[in-house]
Amino acid sequence: MKFRYLPMTEQDQKAMMDTIGINDLEELFDDIPKEIRFKGELNIEEALDEIQLVKEMRRLSDKNLNIKEYTSFLGAGVYEHYIPSIVNHMLLRSEFYTAYTPYQPEISQGELQAIFEFQTMICELTGMDIANSSMYDGPTALAEAAMMSAGQTRKKTILVSKTVHPEAREVLKTNAKGQNLTVVEVDEKDGITDLDHLASLYNDDTASVIVQYPNFLGNIEDLTAIEKIAHQGKGLFIVSSNPLSLGLLQPPGKFGADVVVGDVQPFGIPTQLGGPHCGYFAVTTKLMRKVPGRLVGQTTDEHGQRGFVLTLQAREQHIRRDKATSNICSNQALNALGASIAMSALGKHGVKEMAAQNIQKAHYAKEQLRKQGVEVVYDSPTFNEFVVRLPKPITEVNESLLAEKIIGGYDLSRDYPEKENMMLVAVTELRTKEEIDQFAAVLGGVK
Amino acid sequence: MSQQDQALIFEISKEGRIGHSLPELDVPEVDVNDLLPSQFQRTKEPELPEASELQIVRHYTALSNRNHGVDSGFYPLGSCTMKYNPKINEDVARFPGFAHIHPYQAESTIQGALELMYKLQNSLAEITGMDEVTLQPAAGAHGEWTGLMLIRAFHEANGDHHRTKVIVPDSAHGTNPASATVAGFDSVTVRSNEKGLVDLDHLREVVGEDTAALMLTNPNTLGLFEEQIVEMAKIVHDAGGKLYYDGANSNAILGITRPGDMGFDVVHLNLHKTFTTPHGGGGPGSGPVGVKKDLVPYLPKPQVVKEGETYRFNYNIPQSIGRVKPYYGNFGINVRAYTYIRTMGPVGLRKVSEYAVLNANYMFRRLEPYFDAPYTQHCKHEFVLSGRRQKKLGVRTLDIAKRLLDFGYHPPTIYFPLNVEECLMIEPTETESKETLDEFVDAMIQIAKEAEENPEIVQEAPHHTVIDRLDETTAARKPILRYTKES
Repeated sequence: MKFRYLPMTEQDQKAMMDTIGINDLEELFDDIPKEIRFKGELNIEEALDEIQLVKEMRRLSDKNLNIKEYTSFLGAGVYEHYIPSIVNHMLLRSEFYTAYTPYQPEISQGELQAIFEFQTMICELTGMDIANSSMYDGPTALAEAAMMSAGQTRKKTILVSKTVHPEAREVLKTNAKGQNLTVVEVDEKDGITDLDHLASLYNDDTASVIVQYPNFLGNIEDLTAIEKIAHQGKGLFIVSSNPLSLGLLQPPGKFGADVVVGDVQPFGIPTQLGGPHCGYFAVTTKLMRKVPGRLVGQTTDEHGQRGFVLTLQAREQHIRRDKATSNICSNQALNALGASIAMSALGKHGVKEMAAQNIQKAHYAKEQLRKQGVEVVYDSPTFNEFVVRLPKPITEVNESLLAEKIIGGYDLSRDYPEKENMMLVAVTELRTKEEIDQFAAVLGGVK
Repeated sequence: MSQQDQALIFEISKEGRIGHSLPELDVPEVDVNDLLPSQFQRTKEPELPEASELQIVRHYTALSNRNHGVDSGFYPLGSCTMKYNPKINEDVARFPGFAHIHPYQAESTIQGALELMYKLQNSLAEITGMDEVTLQPAAGAHGEWTGLMLIRAFHEANGDHHRTKVIVPDSAHGTNPASATVAGFDSVTVRSNEKGLVDLDHLREVVGEDTAALMLTNPNTLGLFEEQIVEMAKIVHDAGGKLYYDGANSNAILGITRPGDMGFDVVHLNLHKTFTTPHGGGGPGSGPVGVKKDLVPYLPKPQVVKEGETYRFNYNIPQSIGRVKPYYGNFGINVRAYTYIRTMGPVGLRKVSEYAVLNANYMFRRLEPYFDAPYTQHCKHEFVLSGRRQKKLGVRTLDIAKRLLDFGYHPPTIYFPLNVEECLMIEPTETESKETLDEFVDAMIQIAKEAEENPEIVQEAPHHTVIDRLDETTAARKPILRYTKES
């Protein structure tokens, strides 16, 4: 059997074995003890030719309902947005996607410059001084921020609001266990962080306060008030933020955040069942040498020409080894590139315009739902998500919607037992007036 | 590559230009002040680029021309397995039923995705000889940490709270000790012997009642098979510890030997190495973790299970370490890896490792006369050379690497592993032809001769790249980490 990825010919093999001085390929594996040699063939599916392969993969793909054919109102941390066509074209430049970490700057200037530009865009959006080259995703970035805060403050308790994404809180707890940190959840009140509860929990052992802006329930948290509490001791103020919303919202940097994290998925990255997406991590200058992951810096060559290199590597695992505070190595470089291309294409005007359309359309959806007699649960200002209450469990409601080729919103009772029959609805620029009207009509009809 | 400055996207920006096409708002517009109280409204616009579509396309095309990938040329970066990234994998990952599905859709609407994940879990379990696999970890280092957290949960469930040490060989990748620290362990180093293998006597000394695990790459980072692995496993297991397999080098062993059969309890794989998913300039990767039965109860939530003809997520794992990643791992990467496994099948995967090892040994023997070889036995998929001989002539390994750039190659991994002086670590992979290997070897031989006859040409390399060696000291001392508009 021959394989198109394997150029070895019989003639090559013979010549190479002669050079090595062996008569049988097996001799190269003589150092593997007999008792652990694998006998026979691996019990996995047989190889497929390219035509059969495409057919089989198409079969698997077609078994899924996709949000290009169905109208989706699902968000909850992962959003379907307009992706300019050029994003995919540029990502498929194989000099980018078949390269590895730019350890050799002379032949990696393209990637390095692209990351430098990404870092700049993240700083601009978040209002922070410094951003790294990317993290795995928003929730792991949040967990790393918490770990960093414990390292920086030498304190052991992380206060995280219950209005932060439930999966981010779960990832945070797993990470915290590794570092023997305590995670305490701050109650929610009327859809936002309960400030009195937060203030009562804050003490000498608080390493950081973490909130989300807009929060998981779609509501916009009062960062001015939270910052005051977060900074009443030595703790850091960490804000997780949807970067698209920052086209319109005052960025966390303006409210005194020490760390801003999140996921740039809304910019050019398909939903793809939740990954790969792309976390971002931004900090104040004070925390520059504590940032996990890779940083690209500008410098010059011996002729004074501008160039870019990986820098401040003394922070990283391959230098610090067991003294490292993070083990991150490969991150999400290609998705950071995709997000940069999308942010370039949308540009200063488009990011603002897209953010504006999200808030306008979500508002319109709220109004239509109210007109249909559906209860909108919270009064807080929102961006592109909000919560409604229906007379039935959301799983049942979503089944009726599916019959109309609509994928309904997120069932909040999954994470908040008290939020029975509550649905988190996301409305982006992709939803038309007609689709919103239909959605509202179906929900209005739920009895 | 032409030597000139490449403007930043911000520098080609001009007020009023756009590169997008958004629809007109089709709902009644409400004054933003009615939607957002003023304290929440952005007061200063973010300075993002303003450029036309063609300008952006030219910009990123120019950047790509200043980058070297596997498609551009040979990339023998040791330990990174820079093999060909099949184009069909990219096509498949972009099928709408894979690219445009939401993680919170009902399970009944993503049965194809679940079937793929289930089959990939099982394939990887078979390939590694483990009982179950989680696809959640996002990359190798993330897999290491996940695996160590599983081991920690296992020991704690047995009341073994005193097992705080993770043993790591001196040749290990830096992520190993870093992952141990992040998982709350202290790492202990075990020495290598003169053959480049773990020193068993030293292992016996450092192993004890406080041992949580031994982390091992096999073949190790020198490209050598730890032939006493069975004995090592016994030493660690007898002491009550677990064996962790760093799968960074699994390209050498597919269908030839399996970590599970060697005695390992936990394995991570780097799908972006062995299973052809693209390295992407530094991710996204995927780092699935496989475990033996006694560690299954601690796997992260959720696992994909099959019931009758239906697939679903199982969240009911009471002793689970919890979540390590939102949603279900880097699904889009896992799609590519599964496509590759279906392309190669059991026969193809075995050939992959045979040829990867043959290619490495061939290059090794051709280069051996010209460079010092600290370890001379047959290697596996990669091998190390030392630039000691050239260093005496004033040519450092860094210079050799930079000189290789002039020949259009990405250099090997250098100065790693740390226990080899002036180290060069070369991994050809199975997707390279003999002609490519020969051309690279010829270039290396020429550089070895230049070091003797004309060292300046090597010391001053590279000569043909878009930029010369960069001032990394200033970059670290006075960091410029973002563009700032000159006012």
